Amino acid sequence: MKTEEHSPEMKIDLLRQMLRIRRFEEKAAELYSAAKIRGFLHLYIGQEAIAAGAMRALTAEDAVVSTYREHGHALARGVAAAAIMAEMYGKAEGCCHGRGGSMHLFDVSKRFYGGNAIVAGGLPLALGLALADKLAGRARVTACFFGDGAVAEGEFHETMNLAVLWKLPLLLLCENNLYAMGTAIARALSETDLCKKAESYRMPAERIDGMDALAVAVASADATAAVRAGEGPRFLELTTYRFRPHSMFDPDLYRDKAEIAEWKKRDPLPRHIGRLKEEGLLDAAKIDAIERAVADELAQAVAFADAGTLEPVESLTRDVYARTP
Amino acid sequence: MQAVQQKAPPMAQTQTMNIIQAVNDALKIQMRKDPRVLVMGEDVGKFGGVFRATQGLYQEFGPNRAIDTPLSEGGIIGTAIGMAIYGLRPVAEIQFADYIFPAFDQLVNEAAKYRYRSGGQYPCPLIVRTPYGGGIRGGHYHSQSPEAYFIHTPGLKVVCPATPYDAKGLLLAAMRQDDPVIFFEPKRMYRAAKGEVPTGDYEVPLEQAKVTREGKHVTLIAWGAMWHTVSEFAETLAKDGISAEVLDLRTLWPVDLTTILKSVEKTGRAVIVHEAPRTCGFGAELSALIHERAMLKLEAPVQRVTGFDTPFPYSLEHDYMPSVSRMRAAVDRTLNY
Ligand SMILES: Cc1ncc(C[n+]2csc(CCOP(=O)(O)OP(=O)(O)O)c2C)c(N)n1
Ligand SMILES: [Mg+2]
Repeated sequence: MKTEEHSPEMKIDLLRQMLRIRRFEEKAAELYSAAKIRGFLHLYIGQEAIAAGAMRALTAEDAVVSTYREHGHALARGVAAAAIMAEMYGKAEGCCHGRGGSMHLFDVSKRFYGGNAIVAGGLPLALGLALADKLAGRARVTACFFGDGAVAEGEFHETMNLAVLWKLPLLLLCENNLYAMGTAIARALSETDLCKKAESYRMPAERIDGMDALAVAVASADATAAVRAGEGPRFLELTTYRFRPHSMFDPDLYRDKAEIAEWKKRDPLPRHIGRLKEEGLLDAAKIDAIERAVADELAQAVAFADAGTLEPVESLTRDVYARTP
Repeated sequence: MQAVQQKAPPMAQTQTMNIIQAVNDALKIQMRKDPRVLVMGEDVGKFGGVFRATQGLYQEFGPNRAIDTPLSEGGIIGTAIGMAIYGLRPVAEIQFADYIFPAFDQLVNEAAKYRYRSGGQYPCPLIVRTPYGGGIRGGHYHSQSPEAYFIHTPGLKVVCPATPYDAKGLLLAAMRQDDPVIFFEPKRMYRAAKGEVPTGDYEVPLEQAKVTREGKHVTLIAWGAMWHTVSEFAETLAKDGISAEVLDLRTLWPVDLTTILKSVEKTGRAVIVHEAPRTCGFGAELSALIHERAMLKLEAPVQRVTGFDTPFPYSLEHDYMPSVSRMRAAVDRTLNY
């Protein structure tokens, strides 16, 4: 990573992005209890360092393919918080007119190719985004996020093989939070060393502490630079932990309380704040200012969603085809 | 009179159950009786299934008969097929019907055709249990009703209970026959539908529809979660002096055409209600069958009330799902034809 990227501004921005995600999701949980957000809600709390760190490495021209646990990815990518919140409410003003809700955020202006409630569903199509760039000679990168759970699906393996075979400009970001719903990784994968798996496809891979925003930012920048330079795909395993249950329905009976507590000690936010304070980049007043800006953005997003309207029934059939038959 | 004084057969012991409990009970009964039966799927073991339908099976039957799998639908169904053609009786769970598509190839090209391809040498007695349907704000991928794909595939049976009683009886019957069965469970009604269910063993035969309400003006045909909506609707019709006969198909394929035709020939009118999109939905096939067989007994063309030809929406879900007002309009169309 280039040293100028280590600038104080960059470190402060990592904090700002993580806070935006954390506060947004805390609010989302509250709004879910108030039945303003319905259906399924998967919180990213605990994993914010990854979205914040990785997204920095991308330019506006790069593409992002995400999962159903994607509020953090969308926010860090620059999808408007208000449009995300309105989508989660199911409002017409949402980024997809309220048709998809929490798990289906899209924004063409950010080359954000969606959340996806089908685990591993985004992997193979990320190949196509990358191949199109390669064929056109564009130095763009496609970044594809997925969880450890996706690694057991066939789509993952087809993607790994084709990405290397065709030397595609693809950055694969596996957020290994050790569980796929109730299934611990050791009960799901014959080889739990995900980097070894990647290497078996001859894909360069690195394991990064996903609770450390700076480490994620550095590794993502390096990997993205290599991908952009035409060196082929890169795989990053980002070790992390979700602090909340899988979804709002999950009683979370399969994880040890002590294990959760242990991981919470590694919360990426206090950790990053501690580092910045130590380096003299941050004091209480500055944190306060960031928190206030984040709170303002969030309040506006909630007000926007509250004021939103439902898509009229007549437009239910819009966008099924280019022209409604 | 002699017959009346005769002692009724001892009432089977019953218990109030919801559909989850009924499914769970059926699995336990058959797993105790038949060592070839096992369940497998994502989180079905230790965790007891995401909807808790397999709760307690791991504890009672151990990890070899309540097999936890990773996220690997193709792998789950493929493995189940292998065990089925080798004499076991696997009951695979796909967490939501929307996730069945990664396994579509194994189901359509392998499970459905194994018996036929092998000239009858290899039956494939596999069951795939999967919750389907909307009404829980699940959006695109937690709401679909994909029964028609499987009905369209010769070799597969498709079952869809509406009530706890039928869920248990149909699942027990399904586990005791020799063809692959896709067993769609109405997730919206999993806990909402409660009923008296015999505590012991019984079967509800496959391929038999049930007349759940007798009527004379119009036949309403439904299954699964929609049967509940349709049954309530029939009550409101009665208040308006319209006498609706309600059929719960229970097994979608092979369909019980005899019961359908008997009813439609009596009422002369039929309205089919399903959640899946309209085009090539099962309603289309039912409508064709009725018109082919009972044309001259019909007072009006068969009507369909269905989901729309769109992906399943999140916020407009209740407009998407067949509503009482749409059902009423369809009934009126048949009555005023
Ligand atoms: C194809 C498919 N199968 C099953 C599911 C149900 N499901 C949703 S999330 C999930 C676990 C995914 O785990 P992981 O990929 O590790 O992501 P995490 O939840 O940890 O972020 C499962 C089994 C699904 N959404 N899609
Ligand atoms: Mg995971």
